[in-house]
Amino acid sequence: MKLKKFITNSIVHVILAILSFIWILPIFFVVLTSFRAEGGSYKTYIWPKGFTLDNYINLFVERGQLHYTKWFMNTFIVAIFSCLLSAFFVLCVSYCMSRLRFKMRKPFMNIALILGMFPGFMSMFAIYYILKGLGFLESGVMKMIALVLVYSGGSGLGFYIAKGFFDTIPKTIDEAAYIDGATKWDTFIQITIPLSKPIIVHTLLTSFMGPWVDYIFAKVIMGTETDYYTIAIGLWSMLEKEYIEYYYTQFYAGCVLISIPIAILFLLTQKCYTESVAGAVKG
Amino acid sequence: MSKNKAPQGELSLKDAGFVSSFKNGNAVTKASALVFGLGNLLHGQIIRGLLLLALEAAYIVYMISFGLNSLGGMITLGTQEQGQVWNESLQIFEYVKGDNSMLFLLYAVITIFLTLAILLMMTVSVRSAYATEWRLAHGHALPTFGDDLRSLRQQNLHVLLLVGPCIGIIVFTIVPLVFTILIAFTNYDSQHQPPGNLFTWVGLQNFKNMLAQGSALSTTFWPVLQWTLIWAVFATVSNYILGMILAIVINRKGTRFKSFWRFMFILSVAIPQFVSLLSMRTIFNANGPVNILLRDLGLIGATDSIPFFTNALYAKITIICINIWIGVPFTMLTTTGILQNIPEDLYEAARVDGANPIVIFFKITLPYMLFVTTPNLITSFVGNINNFNVIYLLSGGGPDSLEYYYAGKTDLLVTWLYKLTITQKDYNLGAVIGILVFVILATLSLLTYRHTGSYKNEEAFQ
Repeated sequence: MKLKKFITNSIVHVILAILSFIWILPIFFVVLTSFRAEGGSYKTYIWPKGFTLDNYINLFVERGQLHYTKWFMNTFIVAIFSCLLSAFFVLCVSYCMSRLRFKMRKPFMNIALILGMFPGFMSMFAIYYILKGLGFLESGVMKMIALVLVYSGGSGLGFYIAKGFFDTIPKTIDEAAYIDGATKWDTFIQITIPLSKPIIVHTLLTSFMGPWVDYIFAKVIMGTETDYYTIAIGLWSMLEKEYIEYYYTQFYAGCVLISIPIAILFLLTQKCYTESVAGAVKG
Repeated sequence: MSKNKAPQGELSLKDAGFVSSFKNGNAVTKASALVFGLGNLLHGQIIRGLLLLALEAAYIVYMISFGLNSLGGMITLGTQEQGQVWNESLQIFEYVKGDNSMLFLLYAVITIFLTLAILLMMTVSVRSAYATEWRLAHGHALPTFGDDLRSLRQQNLHVLLLVGPCIGIIVFTIVPLVFTILIAFTNYDSQHQPPGNLFTWVGLQNFKNMLAQGSALSTTFWPVLQWTLIWAVFATVSNYILGMILAIVINRKGTRFKSFWRFMFILSVAIPQFVSLLSMRTIFNANGPVNILLRDLGLIGATDSIPFFTNALYAKITIICINIWIGVPFTMLTTTGILQNIPEDLYEAARVDGANPIVIFFKITLPYMLFVTTPNLITSFVGNINNFNVIYLLSGGGPDSLEYYYAGKTDLLVTWLYKLTITQKDYNLGAVIGILVFVILATLSLLTYRHTGSYKNEEAFQ
């Protein structure tokens, strides 16, 4: 019996090792290529002939089409503003849906459900023309504001997770506050919000990461203004046919650099998510 | 405050909607439907009345100066094409700016939304007038404007909190959506680009072209739809089952270094998706490392390469496999917690009855997980039907096909939609596809989602 258990355990560990090797391999390849000394794109071998840090250093040197630092800053600014705005919207809506009872509540939730079933970017050209009509596409800076609005404008529809979290906060806490003479507003600001740190952090981080990984809207709105590109379309443009021979290894260096902070943020988000699913007030 | 004086009366006032207010109200209340805020103005609620009146005035000015024209424009969608017109008196060709059908339609949609908003304000005006009339009749004090503002923090808190998000949703989601849906009934395609060429209403013609047998569009639509569904089923099921098995294997008692294994797999989820997808694209390139590895191992000839993205069948298989690489750790992450919640005595009992791990998985784990995660499963199926990133960043929809109308063999409906609108500028066709995707998803969700317990008993756990 013991021997059998030992054999099963060994097999399981070997399989896990093989699987995680497969899962790590592409990441390892990306890191490896980012240090490759030889330029050009595809080689007939995998292990680089020489190693260098130049790919990383060159990212920060302005050259031709490559504005890595600018792209990084653009994305950072857009991400900060859109995450603040969307977190605000999401918290407002989810608190209303969870705690307040009014006539339009059910209809609102059904409308949100219906709107969620249309492909997200189906109406992007309409959004493009609306922004153009409002004069948002005149200059690069205005385009960045437009991007913030596009990312956070409809974010109120994504209230489900935060609503689920608010639902777990016992209503008795609210009632106790009402008896003490607090208005609903006071309860929201002074009781619910302080109890909701995990979900607030989760909402902030999720919407902060959006602009770093979005390709579609950034491309449609920025068009050809490479100075105002976000990191996702910037890196994508490095792989286009006319640039790939020059920027192949630097593309990987850029990927590694951007992945590290995003991966850390993601792991943090996960932690908050587990906490927020577990509920606000432990009994 | 009147609220404290007459809690009973408040209740019956709250129930008075627009229709009952209008019916039961006196002449002043009825007139408030035409002259906003009249009922308030006559009884000294000056600020509230003036605000309502100002909104109405602004709307009327807008309609006279611009709105009525734009509604008319919606019917014709423009008649005057841009071009040169012979001017008889000056004996020269004059350049005429012409109409722009797209702007006509956009302004009309905006006008319609403003009209809806003003109709809403009309109900507010009538109800407010009725409330004033009712309070006077019952001898209650009228709320001052300060009371109105204070109510925003109490019984009207939802108005205060929802105003911002709703404006955002209407401007950036609903108005563009309505505009796009209307476009589906026009011929706004690459041949009819205003202001050079005008487009006009064509009714259901686009839908007929898309769905009817024989047309060039339908020979693209049906195969693309088929592949979309196949892809969504495979991608969802493979990720779900494999991810759950992985979570179980890592969770089982005998496995050591649990958090180490988890970390190894989570790493591929943690890096931004476009990075992993773009890297995968180069890795599986004709001259990418996978082919080089196969050449070095002697599995294929020294100059051969497996057409991972250039052969239709290979491309489909490659994409599903890469999606497993991306998606399985994610399922593992979300299911781990739920798996740990399965009552241990269920397993205990099964083991006593002599069930082996496979039977336990299919008889206990899977049914339990399906019960708890059905909404997640639906969400991920919907997400896969709309999975733009994986397809577009990996294969770009390719290999391209001559039989198709600007689509490749691995294009999903959404990537085809993207190509049609952005590259092809066939906005009407893009809109039609969007509507059809919606119809598919809505049917699907209605069939499944409404049967789940979490929808029926939303309040059960509150």
